[in-house]
Amino acid sequence: MDFKAVLAQIKPKLGCIADNLALIEERIQDAIDAKADLVIFPELALTGYFLKDLVPEVARRLDSPEILRLVELSRKISIAVGFVEVTDDYRFFNSALYLENGRILHLHRKVYLPTYGLFDEQRYLARGEHFRAFNTKFGRMGMLICEDMWHLSASYILAMDGATTLLCLSSSPGRGVEGESLGSARAWQQLTSTTALFLNCRVLYCNRVGYEDGINFWGGSEYVAPSGESIVRAKLLEEDCTEAMVDEGALRRERIFSPMLRDENLFVTMQELRRIENERGL
Amino acid sequence: MAGLSANTSLLRTMLTGFIRDEVHKVGLKKVVLGLSGGIDSALVVFVAAEALGPENVHAICMPYKSSNPESEEHALLVAQACGVNFTVVPITPMVDAYFEMFPDAENMRRGNKMARERMTILFDHSALLSALVLGTSNKTELLLGYGTLYGDMASALNPIGDLYKTQIWQLSEAMSVPQAVIEKKPSADLWAGQTDEEELGFSYRQVDELLYRMVDQRMNRQELIAQGFDADFVDVIYHKVQNSHFKRRMPVIAKVSLRTIDRDFRYARDWGK
Repeated sequence: MDFKAVLAQIKPKLGCIADNLALIEERIQDAIDAKADLVIFPELALTGYFLKDLVPEVARRLDSPEILRLVELSRKISIAVGFVEVTDDYRFFNSALYLENGRILHLHRKVYLPTYGLFDEQRYLARGEHFRAFNTKFGRMGMLICEDMWHLSASYILAMDGATTLLCLSSSPGRGVEGESLGSARAWQQLTSTTALFLNCRVLYCNRVGYEDGINFWGGSEYVAPSGESIVRAKLLEEDCTEAMVDEGALRRERIFSPMLRDENLFVTMQELRRIENERGL
Repeated sequence: MAGLSANTSLLRTMLTGFIRDEVHKVGLKKVVLGLSGGIDSALVVFVAAEALGPENVHAICMPYKSSNPESEEHALLVAQACGVNFTVVPITPMVDAYFEMFPDAENMRRGNKMARERMTILFDHSALLSALVLGTSNKTELLLGYGTLYGDMASALNPIGDLYKTQIWQLSEAMSVPQAVIEKKPSADLWAGQTDEEELGFSYRQVDELLYRMVDQRMNRQELIAQGFDADFVDVIYHKVQNSHFKRRMPVIAKVSLRTIDRDFRYARDWGK
């Protein structure tokens, strides 16, 4: 079905849960007022990104007051939001929730924790182990957190699991000033477009803005249609709230026009992956 | 080389955003910086004026008696061109009072003392004006260690520390820094006629080409030589970067506890901001 999504391109404060929750609630209310169906927030929207030793302090259980508050708000609008999750066995995950009708519909724990260059996630966080699609009011979806999307297999699994909409929550630092546009923005735009095109899926990408210790987050949240075309794109490096009118017809037509996903041969893929697995002695 | 040719409008957005965000998030509105008459501090003044409004930028020119008089003229020219607050605080009395006790001190000690004298003035004005001190060291000099530790290298925020000198020139052109400042030879201005490039023994453009490949592109020695760089030049620069690394780090702390600052006590500086 058609639905209206809002990409809430916010600037969280580092380690300030109460302030960020207030900001998120404000954006949720704006989205409700705008008669949107779904509002998407960036990765770690509730906490900020370069947390380092703050991770245990800002981590929340699924039954914490902050999460319950967001779950409650999802009676009025569907919400996708990122936070640090702590489990009963004291593991900390870079997690994202999909909330609908006052309940947690899906929890995704970031699988690919970048630990290179300016990233250090695996030092502080535990790794998720699942990519699962899930049914929502607006069709079957899959969630990815930032680096997850740079692994082809992640989007591929979600598409094979029936997701027609991929949500990607991101805190992507801006870098690379050599070209016509920001290097990381260009790379991401290629990625979201190519992923949509290959998998005949729509992509809703929400990236944050602001600076942490001099590192900027570039924003540029966007809705990419299943054709790979960017339909709307938020501002670069500035707070923004972008509405995306997600058109069911565009998905239907694209899947008729380029039925690559229909023709995707899971049997061949699995057979070859198993062979590779065996040969590697895993 | 494409890598050193920066997208200046993008840089301008990123750097003005950086100053605005990092100043405002600590609850301040203003910045203070030393304006030498050279290109680096001129560019930072222009960026800061655009980010915060010129009324929130305080530029201080701090000449010593041996500074080239042209430097102060250029500093004034820059301040007027972007409308920032401008004051002159000469450092001759303080520096001379000190070296009366050490009359044999050579140029390097004197230069370092001057740089540190200026630093104390800037940080005093930081308290006076409730303004953050902006740094004006570029990536080339930071990598080469061509600066005074706790002197000109000291600041709260450095908007241009990730820009090579070559990129400083490009952005300065794009932001209409006065031509006289862009075109003159870079100088630490410790004595008349001193130029950076003469003192360093190579040109900024040469060394930027090398540093960009060595640092940003992580080319190894063989690859750099294959790119046409002289082996000795590669080695000299590599060792300059290595030997000046202490200047780019916090003081080393002897670890005795379970959580030592900066080792296993790790927080972003923007913690809670």
